[in-house]
Amino acid sequence: MKFGVVIFPGSNCEHDCYYAIESVIGQPVEFIWHQDTSLKGFDAVILPGGFAYGDYLRTGALAKFSPVMKAVADFARKGGLVFGICNGFQILTEAGLLPGALLRNVGLKYVCKFLHLRTETTETPYTNLMGKGQLLRIPIGHGDGNFFAEAETLKRIENNGQVVFRYVTADGQITRIRTDPVRTCLAAQTAN
Amino acid sequence: MKATVIVTLKPTVLDPQGMTIHRSLASLGLSDITDVRQGKIFHMRLKDGLPPERTREQVERLAKEVLTNPVIEEYRVLWE
Repeated sequence: MKFGVVIFPGSNCEHDCYYAIESVIGQPVEFIWHQDTSLKGFDAVILPGGFAYGDYLRTGALAKFSPVMKAVADFARKGGLVFGICNGFQILTEAGLLPGALLRNVGLKYVCKFLHLRTETTETPYTNLMGKGQLLRIPIGHGDGNFFAEAETLKRIENNGQVVFRYVTADGQITRIRTDPVRTCLAAQTAN
Repeated sequence: MKATVIVTLKPTVLDPQGMTIHRSLASLGLSDITDVRQGKIFHMRLKDGLPPERTREQVERLAKEVLTNPVIEEYRVLWE
């Protein structure tokens, strides 16, 4: 399975992704420049974390106009796997490939810590080797990680089984804090 | 010609920055202020002699498609 990692000007986690694919899961991986217009030959594309175009306007706002994003949209439409982490997730929402948007953290501070995720569904290509309800201890780090979507959109995401992970306490209880699905959040993109 | 684009969060969207400013104002004794919402302003200066209709259209498009995320924000354009 061949992976591609997109580099935008301002991406800074592309080498983490490259390392994870090459050294941890041992699959072929190549970098994709943001000005590339073809994703031919790739099976999965990762949009890594960072600060694409400096994030000055809004996180991910300018990255959606990169030539590669048209190719990513076509790729996703044809059933290609697209995986957005942190800033990459924000870019996918800005580009309209994922619903909702990311706001500033409620406490306005950059959040950097370990927390727990509970696997809500194993019926995605990203989680099909995991157990339903399996807990993961994962680091987060972001300033704009407060996911927002209209109530109707949230309901649709829930009903479609598109909540892949949920933030929980160490014993698996849902956290009350509205925390932030980035850096470690997976975007499940399935073919229509 | 000058255009000003004002981008604000939709009323239904939580504004942590506005809320924090509001709390700070209250602690300064400005308790008559009942709500604060923070937004962004873009001041744009345009070349002289441009066709007004087309220019307005282009600035509107910029405001709508680039400066605003329609999921969370709304905008107004002011002209002078």
